[in-house]
Amino acid sequence: MHTTPSTPAPAQAASTTLTRYRWAVAVRSLVAIFGGYALSAACAIWLGHLLPALGMTRLDAVLTATMLAFVVHACAAIWVFAIASTWRAAIGILVPAAVLAVGAWAYGGAA
Amino acid sequence: MRIDHKPEGIRQSMSWLHTWTGIVLGWLLYVIFFTGTLSYFQDEISLWMKPELHRSVPTGDVDQTVQATLAGMHTLAPNATAWTLNLPTERRTTVAASWREPGSENAGRAGTKRAELDAATGEQITPRETRGGGFLYRFHFELHSMPRAVSRWIVGIATMFMLVAIISGVITHKKIFTDFFTFRPRKGQRSWLDAHNVTAVLALPFHVMITFSGLLLLMGTLMAWPVDAVYQGDRQAYNAERRGGGGGGGGDGAPRRGTRPMADAQPVDLAVAIVPMLAEAKAQWPGRAVGTVTVNKPGKPGATIELREHGSESLLSRGAARRLRFDAATGTLREQPAPAPQSAANAIYNVVVVAHLGDFAGPTVRWLLFLSGVAGTAMVGTGLVLWVVKRLPERRKLGRTPWGHHLVEKSNIAVITGLAMATAGYFWLNRLLPADMAGRTGWEINGFFIVWLASLVHAVLRPARAAWIEQSIGAAVLFALLPLLNPLTGGHGLVSSLVLGQLSIAGVDLAMLALASIFATIAAHLIGKARKTAAPARPAPAAPSAPVTP
Repeated sequence: MHTTPSTPAPAQAASTTLTRYRWAVAVRSLVAIFGGYALSAACAIWLGHLLPALGMTRLDAVLTATMLAFVVHACAAIWVFAIASTWRAAIGILVPAAVLAVGAWAYGGAA
Repeated sequence: MRIDHKPEGIRQSMSWLHTWTGIVLGWLLYVIFFTGTLSYFQDEISLWMKPELHRSVPTGDVDQTVQATLAGMHTLAPNATAWTLNLPTERRTTVAASWREPGSENAGRAGTKRAELDAATGEQITPRETRGGGFLYRFHFELHSMPRAVSRWIVGIATMFMLVAIISGVITHKKIFTDFFTFRPRKGQRSWLDAHNVTAVLALPFHVMITFSGLLLLMGTLMAWPVDAVYQGDRQAYNAERRGGGGGGGGDGAPRRGTRPMADAQPVDLAVAIVPMLAEAKAQWPGRAVGTVTVNKPGKPGATIELREHGSESLLSRGAARRLRFDAATGTLREQPAPAPQSAANAIYNVVVVAHLGDFAGPTVRWLLFLSGVAGTAMVGTGLVLWVVKRLPERRKLGRTPWGHHLVEKSNIAVITGLAMATAGYFWLNRLLPADMAGRTGWEINGFFIVWLASLVHAVLRPARAAWIEQSIGAAVLFALLPLLNPLTGGHGLVSSLVLGQLSIAGVDLAMLALASIFATIAAHLIGKARKTAAPARPAPAAPSAPVTP
């Protein structure tokens, strides 16, 4: 949308702002695509493990988890671009994704 | 996302996200929507592309059709271990027969032979070789000439972008209901935005359903993590449970074998034996038709006949059609295999996926799905054009056209009008290449890509508005003449197909005329606009590379 600054600024300042903007877009895109995917996959693995405890068959658990994974990924991507701070967006996705993934890996190794 | 890092509302940030998720893979999404929409008529297109099959006209008397084709199978495959006859439907004019020769038990799917039979006479008809509608269908989710795993990931990623674009697009809209009734023609950018909104909102439930179910259809590729984790990598166990319907317990849905050995050694006259069985099916499934007749061990002792309902009464079970199994000799009804019960998760998956595929949709629902697909295609197309139109003021201010704008503008032409011409070219080659030419299937497809490439070259070389106009005219003419080419090259033209009640063939001709009129309308609109800007005295000296859009 805003590909040019609305007010004319000194060339150097404009180019730093542009560089910062480009970095912010790149970081958020990577977080939304790869971080969002990792988060959705980790959530799905956990749901697949946990839902049978609620009385679902393991097939139903896996189907439900997989279907919800796409919803999780889409919502994560939206959230990454909705909040103001790029760093909070990155941390908010990557930390839970890492925690859930490591936990799932450990659980899978133990099971 | 603002360049000056000023805080912005959710609506602005979602508008930004919508713009960029839409444009980055927009052309791929357009291709997926266009080919997918045509794929609702995959069988009809395949039938259109095999004009040899048009001469088969079902009499409407099912008994007669079954008797004639059973006689045909006696001459075609007297020694087969089993015959399967798929009877004519509103989508097919012939009987599609398949059988297995003795000794092919271990050959898998390759051991199955197939033939098309005339529904009235039971004689075999050999159509020309073509991928037919199957090419467009496969292109829809596997593109072309790349490994399946790769192309499914590419399409899957595009689908996820689509889902994010839909959600952010809805959030951006504050007046989603009012916008539905808003169209302001001839207002430049405003009109494009309105057209984009109307096509989006009009079929919004369809767009959400088609995108989400598209992801589900690819979930084996995209999201296998929970399966691998819960089943510890044993995908075979998972697939076996999936086939069982997920009801838990051991219902595997496979037909149980009858236990009684047959005493009689008399060859059975199937043509006589089948009549009361068809009557029984009619009584058991009121209002439903028999879709498939399977004869096991034809002409031998212990032969059985199985009748299968056409389609399925419930979307939940995704094709678990009811079946009746008879002893051929005595006509007695054997134990009926009950469809496996469905769990809730499986049922949800099935309903969404079946809605995407349009399985079992009757003609009305099929046309509605097709029109929703047209709306989706138009939504993506108007969105792509809107990106360019919205940036015209920026271009004027700069006094030049940034390369990114050029790229989008030219690609829009090559994708929107180019793909239409390529598809029409595919149909033209289907009729113009000799029916017995070696490698004709491949050349039909090569032709598709050659026309598409030519349209890209043309779009690059010509000024944008001229390219839009010329290619729209090209697409309109190519599609408009196809219904004329059809009867000239051995098919049933509109008049005869309508008279004979072959609505599946007539439907394709009519859809081509509809596509022709869409592109003719675009061309006429653009020519009118070009005249208007050229004729009156210009208020201000226009830049020589005045940005042009449809």
